[in-house]
Amino acid sequence: MTAYQTGLLVILALNVLGAFAVYLPLSAGQLNLGIAGFMAVGAYAAAWLGNEQGWGATAAIAAGGGAAALVACAVAVPILRTHGIYLALATFALGQVITAVFLNLEPVGAAAGYPVTEHIGPAAVLLTTLGVAALVLLLSCTRFALCLTAIRSDAVVADLMGMPVRALKVAAFTLGAAIAGLSGGLYALHYNYVEAQHFGVMLSTYTVLYVLLGGTRSVWGPILGAAFFTLIPELLRASAGWRYAIFALLVILFMAWRPAGLLTGGLRLPWRRRAAEETP
Amino acid sequence: MTPLSLSVEGLTKSFGGLSVIRDLSFTVPAGSATALIGPNGAGKSTAFNLITGVYRPDAGRIRLGGKDITGTPSRRRIGLGIARNFQNIRLMPHLSVLENLLVGQHVRAGGLIDLLTPYRLLPKHRWRAEALAALAECGLERHAAERVQGLPYGIRKRIDVVRATLSRPGLLLLDEPAAGLNPTETQALHRHLDMLRARGMTLLIVEHDMHFVGRTCGHVVVLNFGEKIAEGSLAEVQRDPLVREAYLGGMAA
Ligand SMILES: Nc1ncnc2c1ncn2[C@@H]1O[C@H](COP(=O)(O)OP(=O)(O)OP(=O)(O)O)[C@@H](O)[C@H]1O
Ligand SMILES: [Mg+2]
Repeated sequence: MTAYQTGLLVILALNVLGAFAVYLPLSAGQLNLGIAGFMAVGAYAAAWLGNEQGWGATAAIAAGGGAAALVACAVAVPILRTHGIYLALATFALGQVITAVFLNLEPVGAAAGYPVTEHIGPAAVLLTTLGVAALVLLLSCTRFALCLTAIRSDAVVADLMGMPVRALKVAAFTLGAAIAGLSGGLYALHYNYVEAQHFGVMLSTYTVLYVLLGGTRSVWGPILGAAFFTLIPELLRASAGWRYAIFALLVILFMAWRPAGLLTGGLRLPWRRRAAEETP
Repeated sequence: MTPLSLSVEGLTKSFGGLSVIRDLSFTVPAGSATALIGPNGAGKSTAFNLITGVYRPDAGRIRLGGKDITGTPSRRRIGLGIARNFQNIRLMPHLSVLENLLVGQHVRAGGLIDLLTPYRLLPKHRWRAEALAALAECGLERHAAERVQGLPYGIRKRIDVVRATLSRPGLLLLDEPAAGLNPTETQALHRHLDMLRARGMTLLIVEHDMHFVGRTCGHVVVLNFGEKIAEGSLAEVQRDPLVREAYLGGMAA
């Protein structure tokens, strides 16, 4: 594998993690437009713990996920009071606030950026991503995922069925933030440099687009969406300056073709269909 | 499951200036099948929404099996033994029939282990087996894997009822369960309801079809403009002049 291909795979892995982070709360109907903020928390937490506290890479990255989860849990209660477009706005604002804080935080370099001493190679990034993907896929086969879908579909009925709607929403939001934090930690230790500007509106927007484009009704949607968004611009590299225009056009056509995303139903695996037929 | 009684006393609800339920009192004895009837807009569905906690009453009390549940949050009422269907079939359209039924089991399967068991990878899992058995009892098992979205109205209506039974309630509220069903489906619904009663479920049924009410319900409560105007057997209330007036001869025959 060439260095270019490995580099691309790392970007793809980080994008898939980001897409999962958006997908989890979205499967309960909550659009988090500030996901880059949670990535920033993870990135700075992991970088600072490695640099200043001498934490090893694994512990620092895990702590990055934990720190983002803590922030999410703390803001979840007020933020999840809002719904729909207001929730999207609230999370957008939160993402901006977090980035602005890091931009001015002297102990982590403020606007000058923050070099990171601990380093992880591409294999660590890819393996962690595979692990998280396996966990998210497993989670999508549980009643927890079913509850989130039920809440998104009809929160009143979900409540009448006895589901703790608020707690489940907080759990999905927090879990999403933890994955975002993890991806931030991986980013920081892989590239050995963090700057607040990276975690801006564009990153949040793109991450949300991966999910919307891939499809929000199946856990394969974010994976496909992230792959599409990461690889297509690379394939268009030959068209030089036009590549983003062509890409944007492709996105629009794509949305017209599949307005609910690439994957609309659950992905039916052949062996699962067979299993369903066996049961009485 | 033990059948539960229901009694409401002085229930009152208005939306803005519109008074929808006025000083409504009635009792549904444990193990009975009682009908709640009345013209369109009489407040029948609103009464269900008050009993299940979707809305808070402005005044009055609701008792389930003698226990006052007026202040109990909606989410906890299903655990106390109340379940319901919905007049407008509120199934989750993007989910399969089976998954909708799993949603109906939630109150009995909400522990952390149940929440985190990857049941979709375990085709023989007991929750699936139980939901399939409930479907099979109603002759609907061939739809188990289908998405609700594409199913015919009558089948969706019946699945909404099946979902309501999966919490094993002691009191089942059914809002127009026979509306839109063809005669064959209506017969199947009758058999289903007989079976539920035999198992010890109290039924409170809102229904416009008087043949259906006559076949299933021994006791009838009549609502008009949010007030109870009559109560008794179907024959008794059909003779009642207030009831005849409310329906403008609609059910006089
Ligand atoms: N959430 C609400 N806000 C305002 N008005 C409401 C609300 N819910 C019900 N109503 C009004 O209360 C009245 C009773 O409605 P309800 O649905 O309980 O009648 P119903 O007896 O179930 O009628 P139908 O036989 O047509 O189903 C109607 O006038 C309705 O418009
Ligand atoms: Mg109604």
